Amino acid sequence: MLRFLLKRVGTMLLTALCLTFIVFLLTNMQPRLETLAKTQGSARMSDAQVQSWLERNGYAAPLLIRYGEWLGVLPGWTREGEDGALTGRCIARGQTPEAAPSFCGVLQGDWGFSTRFREEVAGVISARLAATGWLMLWVVLVMVPSALAVGVLAGMREGSRTDRALSTFSIASTATPEYVSGVIFIALFASSIVGISPLLSDWGLIEGRTLFQGNARQAIDDITFWNFALPVATIALYGMGYIARMTRASMAEVMTQQYIRTARLKGVRFRNIVLRHALRNALIAPFTVIMLQFPWLLNGVVIVEVLFSYPGFGWTLVEAASNNDIELLLACSVVGVIVVLLTQLISDIGYVYLNPRIRIA
Amino acid sequence: MEELGWLQIAGRMAWQFLPVWAALAATFALSIRFKRRLGLYGKLFDSGIAMAGFAIVMFWLFTALFADLIITHDPLGQISRMRNATPGAALPDPAGRYAFYLLGGDSLARDVFSRMVMGGREVLKIAPAATAFAFMVGITLGLPAGYIGGRLDSALTFVANLVLAFPVILLFYLLVTPDIIETGLPTAMAAILFLFPVIFLCVLWNSRYFTQPARRNLYVALTLVLGLWIYSGLAFNADPLGLWGMSPNLLNVFVAVVFVNAPTVFRIVRGLTLDIKSRDYVAAGQTRGEGPWYLMLWEILPNARGPLIVDFCLRIGYTTILLGTLGFFGLGVSPESPDWGSTINAGRQLLTVYPHTALVPAIALMSLVLGLNLLADGLREESLRD
Repeated sequence: MLRFLLKRVGTMLLTALCLTFIVFLLTNMQPRLETLAKTQGSARMSDAQVQSWLERNGYAAPLLIRYGEWLGVLPGWTREGEDGALTGRCIARGQTPEAAPSFCGVLQGDWGFSTRFREEVAGVISARLAATGWLMLWVVLVMVPSALAVGVLAGMREGSRTDRALSTFSIASTATPEYVSGVIFIALFASSIVGISPLLSDWGLIEGRTLFQGNARQAIDDITFWNFALPVATIALYGMGYIARMTRASMAEVMTQQYIRTARLKGVRFRNIVLRHALRNALIAPFTVIMLQFPWLLNGVVIVEVLFSYPGFGWTLVEAASNNDIELLLACSVVGVIVVLLTQLISDIGYVYLNPRIRIA
Repeated sequence: MEELGWLQIAGRMAWQFLPVWAALAATFALSIRFKRRLGLYGKLFDSGIAMAGFAIVMFWLFTALFADLIITHDPLGQISRMRNATPGAALPDPAGRYAFYLLGGDSLARDVFSRMVMGGREVLKIAPAATAFAFMVGITLGLPAGYIGGRLDSALTFVANLVLAFPVILLFYLLVTPDIIETGLPTAMAAILFLFPVIFLCVLWNSRYFTQPARRNLYVALTLVLGLWIYSGLAFNADPLGLWGMSPNLLNVFVAVVFVNAPTVFRIVRGLTLDIKSRDYVAAGQTRGEGPWYLMLWEILPNARGPLIVDFCLRIGYTTILLGTLGFFGLGVSPESPDWGSTINAGRQLLTVYPHTALVPAIALMSLVLGLNLLADGLREESLRD
């Protein structure tokens, strides 16, 4: 088990290294740097001015060296300005050059400076991740139990009318990406002109003008059912169809096993068969699926945060990407990669623990 | 003229779709009449769910084909005073044009209905083709990875997992932008990815007919001439006859979608190959002295077709969703393009006031993906029944 873990962690590190290098490469392409220079400096800079801006800010060094600086294995650049003042990657504003460390990269815990938000990347990312954490928490709390319930109900009597109805529902939910269901939800529930809100408002059933709020910006300070229900429902809906279908398949398979038949012949009540005998075995496969679903949730989070303007991790990623904020984007991709690889690892380990037939030497 | 009521709108839309209904009726009549002779395709008509899915998919396919007959207005044409018009609004001055905006107007005063129909054509032009390319790449790499294994397998699996570990939207933001076109990266990726179908077909013919050189040479030569002609057009926009070509933006989108899909196909094909290569008929082929490529392409691949066909259907739906995602983030083909993702993105600004501009393409996209998923589900059940 230990060797397996070590090997997996090694692969993870290698993957993370390759991925960040690719992101670094793609964000540091010459046209992108020129755009960055123009947005940071002024839009009317000439080519020569762009070039000197890039040199002044340390973007002119060879790519590999700069990647090493970002990583923290090479010393950060320093440069003597025309007035003799020493500037450098590791020299913070107001700091004397002597007091600054020579290495400042990810390995030293320094994630760099966001050009979009004009703040330390670490601060931006941790604040935004906390916001997304709340969103994810609610999504998981809504999505997983309902998906498992739908799957188990559909799979316990394969071919029944309940099964057909629930299966069609899960297919429909996998066919509705977040930007479709989000748009439909907002039009239905969060508009004071169309949908059901004006009706409810006329009848006096709701206090405000809309049933739910179509904008989750306030949820950053205070999460309420009113402002958070729609984003959560939007993400949960797309993710739950797939989990429900996997649960159904696994449940249907378990229900055909010999020991279920034995239990039935023994005269155990159907409810007890499902709850005591079938359920635990049927939930092994969905566990892996749920874990592997997290990276997909990340996608949904980006779409939903943009649609509902909730300033979390996904929203930050889009802001960073559209402004070519290199260091913030790199941090975002590190977070994304860690989420993907960690969930894969957990799903593998969990699968081994849950299923006694599999042993890793 | 007066505004139309909802019933009139529905009636007029049904009338516009007349060519589609006719084509659908003909397809279904013929297919059900001869379903016993049509193999797996005929079996679709035994299950209600599969038929429903097939009907929806064919509806959009025929809509894309007959789009020019269906549309009521120019999808890019703007008519002043029709900005954000409600569904069924009458034109102020028809003068020979269709007198209504059936599903209203968007924020630039264009007809939502015509844009939705044309958007279907845009999506169906890209999604199936991109999926097919992803399958070619995935199959050509997945078969040897599963069959030969060893270092090759480890290396390819590592690369596939690398691409899969990227958050898709980050990848799109990095790959699909005007700056990146300047660097020539999309063209380079296209040059690699589009080569796979040609390689695949050449190896396919060679492994089968290398004992009959005359026939082999004919097939390989034909593949090379046709394949490289299309290749030069699609990847480099350098077709000497000018028949094949893609605009740089379209190529960028196309390549990104293929690149995102190919690793998943690779994993599926590799898994299927690992499963099938231990079967007796593969061992029999090895004993006969068949070459590895023959075994992979003519023994293993045909026996993996069931799950692959099902996944192909699902994956077209997924590609449609991806294209929509690209459009939603404004990374689509062009801001003018009527494709569904871009129109949803344009419509969401005024969503709570004029929901129709975003709702129409959203429902269209959902119905197409739903149709594909239902079709895949039906296919899976029918192919399991054998």
